[in-house]
Amino acid sequence: MQPTYEMAERQKALFSQSGGGEGEQEMEEEVAETAVPNIMEKAFYFEQAGVGLSSDESFRIFMALKQLVEQQPIHTCRFWGKILGISRSYLVAEAELREGEEEAGEEEVEMAEGGEGMEAHGEEERDDDDDDELMDAVPKPTWKPPPIIPKEESRTGTNRYLYFVCNEPGRPWMRLPHVTPIQIVQARKIRKFFTGYLDAPVISYPPFPGNEANYLRAQIARISAATHISPLGFYQFGEEEGDEEEEGGAGRDSYEENPDFEGIPVLELVDSMANWVHHTQHILPQGRCTWVNPLQKTEEEEELGEEEEKADEGVEEVEQEVGPPLLTPLSEDAEIMHMAPWTARLSCSLSPQFSVAVVRSNLWPGAYAYASGKKFENIYIGWGHKYNPENFNPSLPAPIQHEYPSGPDTIEMSDPTVEEEQALKAAQEQALAAAEEEEEDEEEDEDEDQDD
Amino acid sequence: MEGRGFGFPWTRFLLATRRALSRAADGMDAESLLLSLELASGSGQGLSPDRRASLLTSLTLVKRDYRFDRVLFWGRILGLVGDYYIAQGVSEDQLAPRKTLYSLNCMEWSLLPPATEEMETQTSVVKGRFMGDPSHEYEHTELQKVNEGEKVFEEEVVVQIKEETRLVSVIDQIDKAVAIIPRGALFKTPFGPISVNRTFEGLSLSEAKKLSSYFHFREPVELKNKTLLEKAELDPSLDFMDSLEHDIPKGSWSVQMERGNALVVLRSLLWPGLTFYHAPRTKNYGYIYVGTGEKNLDLPFML
Repeated sequence: MQPTYEMAERQKALFSQSGGGEGEQEMEEEVAETAVPNIMEKAFYFEQAGVGLSSDESFRIFMALKQLVEQQPIHTCRFWGKILGISRSYLVAEAELREGEEEAGEEEVEMAEGGEGMEAHGEEERDDDDDDELMDAVPKPTWKPPPIIPKEESRTGTNRYLYFVCNEPGRPWMRLPHVTPIQIVQARKIRKFFTGYLDAPVISYPPFPGNEANYLRAQIARISAATHISPLGFYQFGEEEGDEEEEGGAGRDSYEENPDFEGIPVLELVDSMANWVHHTQHILPQGRCTWVNPLQKTEEEEELGEEEEKADEGVEEVEQEVGPPLLTPLSEDAEIMHMAPWTARLSCSLSPQFSVAVVRSNLWPGAYAYASGKKFENIYIGWGHKYNPENFNPSLPAPIQHEYPSGPDTIEMSDPTVEEEQALKAAQEQALAAAEEEEEDEEEDEDEDQDD
Repeated sequence: MEGRGFGFPWTRFLLATRRALSRAADGMDAESLLLSLELASGSGQGLSPDRRASLLTSLTLVKRDYRFDRVLFWGRILGLVGDYYIAQGVSEDQLAPRKTLYSLNCMEWSLLPPATEEMETQTSVVKGRFMGDPSHEYEHTELQKVNEGEKVFEEEVVVQIKEETRLVSVIDQIDKAVAIIPRGALFKTPFGPISVNRTFEGLSLSEAKKLSSYFHFREPVELKNKTLLEKAELDPSLDFMDSLEHDIPKGSWSVQMERGNALVVLRSLLWPGLTFYHAPRTKNYGYIYVGTGEKNLDLPFML
């Protein structure tokens, strides 16, 4: 029973109020402004929908979030949801740091050694060249790793919020690193359960660049982009700053709360999906929210690389990837195999006047949203995977590469056949015989001359 | 009741047995529904208060109307348009096939036909989510050989499969595959009938974390394949069902302790949505299924 007592001790620490003598002052402060939202109220509404954890678990999560706010300089935070794992589960909190607070010491992620392996091989070959100058030069590999797409800045796009996870309320919160586009692209191709340990490796094909913390962050980013919705009109775009034309149709990426939002009647929210909008940016196939041309060279490279540009054969014209703009209504969402991507329901059909509108995602099972009057909230409780109507097909290994490019000096020539060799030999013998006859003739001529 | 004719002590014995049966809860006993829902809430899906209230009322009536010994709330299958709430009624023999009922609003319950193998083969071709409408029919085109006189050719035939049939076979598959019960909760007497073990006090903490302490709640399939050496260690009165240890694929169960070791929760990865909970050292255990009713065929890739 020891672990039970340990857990209880840890959770008791959650409930202790900070500061003894200044209790009253602090309480006034807390009542005035607090970064932690009213989790209990949201838990109540979600319970009406039949979703959520039990009420004392919700309260413990509330206390744990308060603890997080005290430890980190957080401006706003909310409870994002729970992701179930095999040995342990994750409670996820979404937070925004205060203005000007940079995240000190971002953790570096160990990238997979895929691209670097080829480069090392190339270096070895160059060493061989130096040693064996007399031999023919070994052909150099023509494979170049694909250009690395830069990750998005903090507070923009997929990295807009910072995510903290913990296994149980009372345990310390760990910060998840920012997500890179390549991680999102690879996360779309694999399907793995979470074990519950952040440093566990993710063994998959194609190899995932990172460990479970990165995979978790990538899935959180995908789920947030796909399922965070709000009633139409709750958020509106800020005042136009004239940037729209410059960005070439990339769209706006910020929104603000609409102070005049009146609330949409619950029945209308349930009837039509056009009354809900996405308020997170869609992630492009590239893995980012705003498109970046991977072949665009920076200024330094342009100076050095003019010659290379001419030599580059087959540079692909990369098309700009465009996704649906911010605040698109849900009615525009693509169907999954003739199935609507969202299911909307009243929480209680017996008392529609007091009901809450509940929307459930069919694409990401476990994502729920409720709206009632002026309040709304999103939550995700599930395993962290997308719904796949067909069976999962893992990517096949890449086709076998050519060893070397066919050039005039490295082309493989077929050996001569036996008939050809024999014909050649016969021709050579004939030529030799003819040459000998000529020599004999010449000698005879010489002899004749000498005889005279 | 026949018992009354034999005298007072016999009636008391029967009543005590019935009370003992109602204390053990696999599935979720209607009487302990609220506690059970709270203990299984870690998976995130539960019931809203209005559903809970209507469930408690209607299940009592179902018990009276169908003359069940116990009524258990089995779970909820999420459909696109509506959800199915499933309950099972148990008669006195524990391992006898249970009667399954479904409802769309937790008030009116309809009995489902028992599952047959033919149903299972028929519905194995249907894929995708449940619609939520029991009269919905899935269409499936099949090639069937048609004899016309002397010619034999294949024709495409559209087969209609009712959603009710699919519901029945899915519930049956889930029960056979992942319905579990802790070791020691039931015991088998030499005469054959399986009864509730009134001295079951719950698993100990170390036992609760092991997969071998849980059994599949169905007729044993793998037990006969065990070697004599393995069988020598088993207790024939307690170990008469397959344990979870040898489930294929290995690792298809997730065992977690919640609330700091006060609750052990087993979740199935093969049928995501099935949650089994047990509070160690107490008699509380049960399982509930809340999910889409689809088997997770990608499991080997995901482990």
